[in-house]
Amino acid sequence: MGIVERKLPDNALTRLVDKVVNWARRSSLWPMTFGLACCAIEMMAAGASRYDFDRFGVIFRATPRQSDVMIVAGTVTVKMAPVLRKVYDQMPEPRWVISMGTCANTGKNFNTYHVVQGVDQIVPVDVYVPGCPPRPEGLMYGVIKLQEKIDRMKVFRK
Amino acid sequence: MLERGVVEGRVSEDLMRETLKTKEIWINMGPQHPSTHGVLRLVLALEGERIVDTEVVIGYLHRGMEKLAESLTYPQFLPYTDRLDYISSNAMNFGYVLAMEKLMGIEVPERAQYIRVMMAELTRISSHLVWLATHALDIGAMTVFLYCFRDREAILDLFEMVCGARLTTTYFRIGGVANDLPEGFIEQAREFCKVFPKKAKDYDDLILKNRMWLSRTVNVAKISAEDGLNLGLSGPSIRGSGVYWDIRKDEPYSNYDKLDWEIAVESGCDVYARYLVRLKEMRESCKIVSQCLDILEKTNGPVMGKVPKVIRPPEGEVYASVEAPKGELGFYIVSDGSPKPYRLKIRAPSFANLISLPVMIKGHLVADVIAAIGSIDVVLGEVDR
Repeated sequence: MGIVERKLPDNALTRLVDKVVNWARRSSLWPMTFGLACCAIEMMAAGASRYDFDRFGVIFRATPRQSDVMIVAGTVTVKMAPVLRKVYDQMPEPRWVISMGTCANTGKNFNTYHVVQGVDQIVPVDVYVPGCPPRPEGLMYGVIKLQEKIDRMKVFRK
Repeated sequence: MLERGVVEGRVSEDLMRETLKTKEIWINMGPQHPSTHGVLRLVLALEGERIVDTEVVIGYLHRGMEKLAESLTYPQFLPYTDRLDYISSNAMNFGYVLAMEKLMGIEVPERAQYIRVMMAELTRISSHLVWLATHALDIGAMTVFLYCFRDREAILDLFEMVCGARLTTTYFRIGGVANDLPEGFIEQAREFCKVFPKKAKDYDDLILKNRMWLSRTVNVAKISAEDGLNLGLSGPSIRGSGVYWDIRKDEPYSNYDKLDWEIAVESGCDVYARYLVRLKEMRESCKIVSQCLDILEKTNGPVMGKVPKVIRPPEGEVYASVEAPKGELGFYIVSDGSPKPYRLKIRAPSFANLISLPVMIKGHLVADVIAAIGSIDVVLGEVDR
């Protein structure tokens, strides 16, 4: 979007264009499979038969270059944190982060020397999904919340 | 030319040196790799596409569980054991509570024993289903993934009935289980046992004799029984090498000796043999579950033994092991008489199994690494602890 991003005046036309762009973005949120621990299993379950995330346009990709959203599913350790940041930096913009599970949110009861107390210390987080691990419905709710957030985003208009 | 130097499906090292004079390169695989089952990192030394050396780098999920245990009371540590091998949390609970009961000399009621065995076996099925799903997905069979996760949900529903959680159950307690089975559980579990063998046949139909599956798994990542035993391989992985060894039979704990079932053993030593072992184990587990259900239906009784309010075991040390879905899971607890453990060491099966990975994949192609990792079924929560 480059040079016109957030530069055009706020009028009916730009609002419509923004709406179309946001619709496109929210309807094909491709998350990256960043499974770290227990939550990754629930993330897999969310993508599999019963919960079927494909119907939201959520299709898991194995590479950061093709993905829009990173679901940090699990405990982030001090050793893993630089890798996480590197992968986040490889994702093209616009990009979002869902922090899934209490470990990624706050570190939870793993208050030890090797656990990062919240992934928001490493990358900016858009949606926090609580639970240990959250049920697939929880993750689904998180994705819907993220879609609502994307709907409110300004793309072209100021 | 290649025929000459092929030994057991691998290119011999001499021939490789002689003919393929490529520069050795080191490549990195992981920790963010979809097929490493979590955050495993492998550094592979390659000559051409053949692996000459492997370095396994772990610690990306090190949460300091063992150290954490020292600052928690014994019952407080129980939920943490769920998060060791998060796919089979009941089996992890089982190991811990058995160690505690051995240390304190607590008698567990008969009904609780059967409930435990049943839950542990259901967990084994669900763990093996996740294994089959991801293993097949890594090798390229997407349909199996969807089938397995569909059937796994039925087990998770049962878990949900007894304790409300799908994955991290914490249903076992020191001295028994948290509560008796809820109404309707036995019927639903029986339905599962009835349907599961048919479902298992579906998996067979999909890949058992699939030509592509066979070419990716047969004679791949072989490990002899001797090597496996020396490296501490356990569980289905060693039974795939023809070793007749299962803790449930050899050192029976709980009520396994009162039930009728068989150990699954295959002698192929390769990825395919380990696959067959796990498939057979799922069927055997299903048999155990239905036997437990028969008994639980007829009997009634308490599900919690006599346990003091404050758990303060006597001074001493204890080791108890169970056959977790991945292999031998052991808890070694040193008590100093206080309500907190002095030291708690976990013998994690995945950690021990991972050591044999470099031996398995030496001389193989890079693509076979994926199959080999899948076949030993590592869970990184347990490896790093």
